[in-house]
Amino acid sequence: MQKNPYVNLISLTEDDFNSGHVLFRHDELNAVYAWDTGIAIGHFLGGLKAGIILGTYCANCRKTVTPPRIFCEWCFRPMQGFVQLSDTGIVNTFSICYVTWDVKRISEPEIPAVIEIDGASPGHGFLHKLGEVSPAEVQIGMRVQAVWKPPEERSGSITDILYFRKI
Amino acid sequence: MNLRKVAVVGAGMTQFVRRAKETPQELAYKAVRTALDSCELTLNDIEAVCLGTAPDSFDGFHMNGEYLSQAAGAFRKPYMRSFVGGGTGVFVPIQGWYHVASGLFDVVLVVAEEKMSSYYPHAQAAFLTIFDHTIERPLKPNLLWIFALEMNRYMTTYGLSKADIARVSVLHKRNAADHPCALLGDTTITVEDVLQSETLAWPVQRLDVSPISDGAVALVLAAEHVARRITDKPVWIEGVGWCLDTAYWTNRDLAYPRYVEKAAKMAYEMAGIKEPRKEIHIAEPYDPFDYKVLHHLEGLQLAERGKSIELYLNGDAERTGNLPICPSGGLLGVGNPIAAAGLMKVAELFWQLRGEAGQRQVPGNPKRGLAQAWGDLMQVGTVIILGR
Repeated sequence: MQKNPYVNLISLTEDDFNSGHVLFRHDELNAVYAWDTGIAIGHFLGGLKAGIILGTYCANCRKTVTPPRIFCEWCFRPMQGFVQLSDTGIVNTFSICYVTWDVKRISEPEIPAVIEIDGASPGHGFLHKLGEVSPAEVQIGMRVQAVWKPPEERSGSITDILYFRKI
Repeated sequence: MNLRKVAVVGAGMTQFVRRAKETPQELAYKAVRTALDSCELTLNDIEAVCLGTAPDSFDGFHMNGEYLSQAAGAFRKPYMRSFVGGGTGVFVPIQGWYHVASGLFDVVLVVAEEKMSSYYPHAQAAFLTIFDHTIERPLKPNLLWIFALEMNRYMTTYGLSKADIARVSVLHKRNAADHPCALLGDTTITVEDVLQSETLAWPVQRLDVSPISDGAVALVLAAEHVARRITDKPVWIEGVGWCLDTAYWTNRDLAYPRYVEKAAKMAYEMAGIKEPRKEIHIAEPYDPFDYKVLHHLEGLQLAERGKSIELYLNGDAERTGNLPICPSGGLLGVGNPIAAAGLMKVAELFWQLRGEAGQRQVPGNPKRGLAQAWGDLMQVGTVIILGR
């Protein structure tokens, strides 16, 4: 005997909430953290404060990665040490984003990008944003350079780099 | 390895809706009750329960698996929740499979539930904590970024157009019009509609994306000797595979999902499949965004790199084509309650291979199907192959 395997639900709309047609409870969670940076990212942030970008080098795989970590996931050996990389690179990929994290619309789009950093092994980079460029001009493969905050304003944060600009 | 054969013997699912009045427990119960009824079993016949549900942050309380346990039929039974982000919906039947294949249990319930609508103002924000807290979150990212970045890398690498990729969304939403549980079925949607929809994070537009949804799906799995007593039409789990790539996603080749390839090869080897393009008759690759299907078909070895779009351009992907893709309507059409969406794909294979998919039925008595899901920080591939 084959029974119907599909069950209907009671589907609500936003209006049902706004007009009080349904009972619900609204609450906010309090979640506050102090995250330790760890060893590798601690060095990385210290580098950013000094205006340099760091990676780590695996002597076994002959690979330089950024963001840095203390171990290599390919050979699972400890990294040999930190390497100073350039503050230039190429755009691996980008987006032109018209919404915020909570899906509010913004008229001036943000341009997040993955930047492959010069001095790291090919294909290795991190997430940041592009600036001083119109969305229509941005291309994958475009060469870019970090635009830094003035030294006295840097705090040891990824935002010590304001954005990357076209060179 | 001395593994027992495992069959899917029953399935049930709720409608997928934007906002359900039902609580997560009520959703899970409805799907489980229906799955048990579909194979005329009672909870007494169930020896263990495997549950999949995505981040606790959707529901706003910790230990969602424990909260859901009795609604999933796990009262006073061995029970475990698994979670690999969006990959969960296909991982949880894999977990069920090894519970039975190992010989530990004969009959196991597999349940996937998701209620995304509780999160305010928008469930997308619940995903923010997947980003690295120190070097990514200060940039105020949103979830769309990673998809947009990957889509752009993929389409630029292979020179694909937005208009071609939109064909995926159109086919899936049209297919979904035949699914009784679908949220976004639409028989009249066109490529032009997709291209005209609002740009959220270029290249991602509104109709490239699957909707926030609530829903639940359940399957009953049984060992061979029990399965043959429960049903004349068992559908066998022939292969499973899963794999995680590095969480350093900005160090990966975003144009090709290597982790999906490795998961698929594990499943093909177990199923004895040498030529997947000939031996897989239906594919349900994970489709939260239209380009992801193309990306996954290539990782699954069902198309050459950069060429999977041809399946859509030449009609192979349609239900009547050579390789029907997402005959259910997929996440783009049926909806995307994360874990439940992946398990919906496995349930679809079950119904398709038994000839019970109604208006969605793929013709020609398909014998073998594959479902795949993807998730975590764009790094996990989960694959299951069903056959009869």
